[in-house]
Amino acid sequence: MSSLTEKDRPIVQLLLNTGTCPRCIFRFCRVGSQTLYRHPYKDLMKDLKEFLRNNQEKEDTACSDMVDPPCKRIRLEHTEEGPDDLNQNGVLQQVPLVNDDDDGAAVENSTVEVCNVCLGILQEFCESDFVKKVCEKVSSAEYQFTSFVFSVSLPPQLSVRERAAWLLVKQEMGKLGLSLAKDDIVQLKEAYKWIIHPQLSEELGVPADGKSLFEVSVVFAHPETDEECHFLATACPDCFKPAKNKQSVFTRMAVTKALEKIKEEDFLKHFPCPASSPKNLCVALEIQCNNGAVFVAGRYNKYSRNLPQTPWIIDGERKLESSVEELISEHLMAEFKADSFNFSSSGREDVDVRTLGNGRPFAVELVNPRRIRFTAEEMKGLQQTINNSSDKIQVRDLQLVTREAIGRMKEGEEEKTKTYSALIWTDKTIQKEDIAFLDDIQELKLDQKTPLRVLHRRPLAVRCRIIHTMKSEYIDEHHFRLRLKTQAGTYIKEFVHGDFGRTKPNIGSLLNRTADILELDVESVDIDWPPAL
Amino acid sequence: RICVITLAEAHPLLQHGKTIRSVSYQISPSCSRLQNKVSGKSKRVWLVESGAQFLTELAPLCRISSADGEEYTVYSCIRGRLIEVNENILSNPAILQEKPSTEGYIAVVLPKFEESKNITQGLLTQKEYEEVLSKRRNSSS
Repeated sequence: MSSLTEKDRPIVQLLLNTGTCPRCIFRFCRVGSQTLYRHPYKDLMKDLKEFLRNNQEKEDTACSDMVDPPCKRIRLEHTEEGPDDLNQNGVLQQVPLVNDDDDGAAVENSTVEVCNVCLGILQEFCESDFVKKVCEKVSSAEYQFTSFVFSVSLPPQLSVRERAAWLLVKQEMGKLGLSLAKDDIVQLKEAYKWIIHPQLSEELGVPADGKSLFEVSVVFAHPETDEECHFLATACPDCFKPAKNKQSVFTRMAVTKALEKIKEEDFLKHFPCPASSPKNLCVALEIQCNNGAVFVAGRYNKYSRNLPQTPWIIDGERKLESSVEELISEHLMAEFKADSFNFSSSGREDVDVRTLGNGRPFAVELVNPRRIRFTAEEMKGLQQTINNSSDKIQVRDLQLVTREAIGRMKEGEEEKTKTYSALIWTDKTIQKEDIAFLDDIQELKLDQKTPLRVLHRRPLAVRCRIIHTMKSEYIDEHHFRLRLKTQAGTYIKEFVHGDFGRTKPNIGSLLNRTADILELDVESVDIDWPPAL
Repeated sequence: RICVITLAEAHPLLQHGKTIRSVSYQISPSCSRLQNKVSGKSKRVWLVESGAQFLTELAPLCRISSADGEEYTVYSCIRGRLIEVNENILSNPAILQEKPSTEGYIAVVLPKFEESKNITQGLLTQKEYEEVLSKRRNSSS
């Protein structure tokens, strides 16, 4: 059903009399034509009143010539601005309407009553002034976007008023032997979007898209009627949980739940039906813009033995200057103009360990970036900027990736192998022959208890890890270099010094000496992600 | 700060001629340090263990019997949560004497975060310990 028919008359009359706006009236009459809602408010009001007047005419005159051929459909759809269709006889009948507050001559009221159902959402907030206000906010925020999603937060009392209107209409229709299911009514938010999306789209120059990453959101409030929901707390106390952080208990969700539970009689006992006409319109509290996060990935090398992965701050004091994540993300934040970042990598190394070879994969999530489009050239330039800014780290393969891709990186952390190079000291002397046998050991199984040095922040456990291969390089009687290829998650330092005997076997036990590690480097992280550029 | 409890340099058990016969973590009929259950589930979060035994300074950790019939009780000496006891000394008591400061450790204890500083301050440095030892030797001679 796309427009009003005879059957709707009593409903239209009832709702108009009780202070409901034309668009809400359409919603309760199940009018589904989007274009109808988009007509200017004044026209809709005029047409509705005309629609009602025609009814009066029919009642006042038995003769059916007054109104054109009993076409039961009153088409309110204009093809152009003029009210041609309405006045078939060429004369506007001035018939006084029953219960009409207007004086017969003036078709329009100079002041618009605030709708008792939508509290002005489908009135004032569909007008071009509001659209302009929203678009101004969007342009001043300087975001880069190709589409938008418009989300609206409505005050909970709207659901209460909607329920009251439904009950009222249901009752009236019942008298005519008709029924009205809640789902038949056009939802307020839906109708609002029908009207406002095309306008926003035109002003912003991009289409509305439910999947868009760029979100424009408006929060509406109506303080005047805030307490209208409170009766629900007494009627359905279990729907309302104690408030956190001084926020109102009466959230949209809680109110909706309570409305589902409450019985019709109880509702009518506590809430006036029809709902009263408010003095004021809703207020648009905030208009905010937000862009979905973008992800930048790459691989980093670490050349400093004095650089933590993340900022090292204890009791507000920074213990070591800078960090891998800051050195990389600083520049990304500046270029993408984001609010904040989240840095993650495929595993990590200690402060005093270098990362050589192809580097370690990492990903940076840039939150609410103002700028989202970068060409491959620009990304290369950004990479160069980062590399020029510090000799402690270098990045490569810098590129934009999707959120899903991050999962692949984390896989690497658990599954892929790593290779290392360790400089080892022994207490008792060694000769070349003493360490040669290490080269022949394959798939050496280790049992590693959680290292003492991390026990304060990791649970006690034993982990089985495998050293796949080793290659030794003799240096002198107390030193040699060991290259190893190990399973992900192996603690190399502990494998060398034994960690009080809690990692077995260890280099000390294999060589029957006391061994310690002087230097450690990561030679490779064996994962093919992100794609090499 | 993680603490590792070991036998002190001057402990009788580490002096010449002593042989260890047995080591036991059974402190009393109802309390065995071996039953210390420390559980933390998540890799990312170090959960509070309700099972782990909380130790005070005088809480016994283990009892060691030497071949000559003497029995020694090793005490915690610091307040904190018992994380683990070294089961290797049960199977191989020799390491207690061979490597008392590394593989022959007795237990690992984790003090409460708030008490950590106090505890560290209450300990002796290597130098201070040596001074205590030399004073002891001088007064007995």
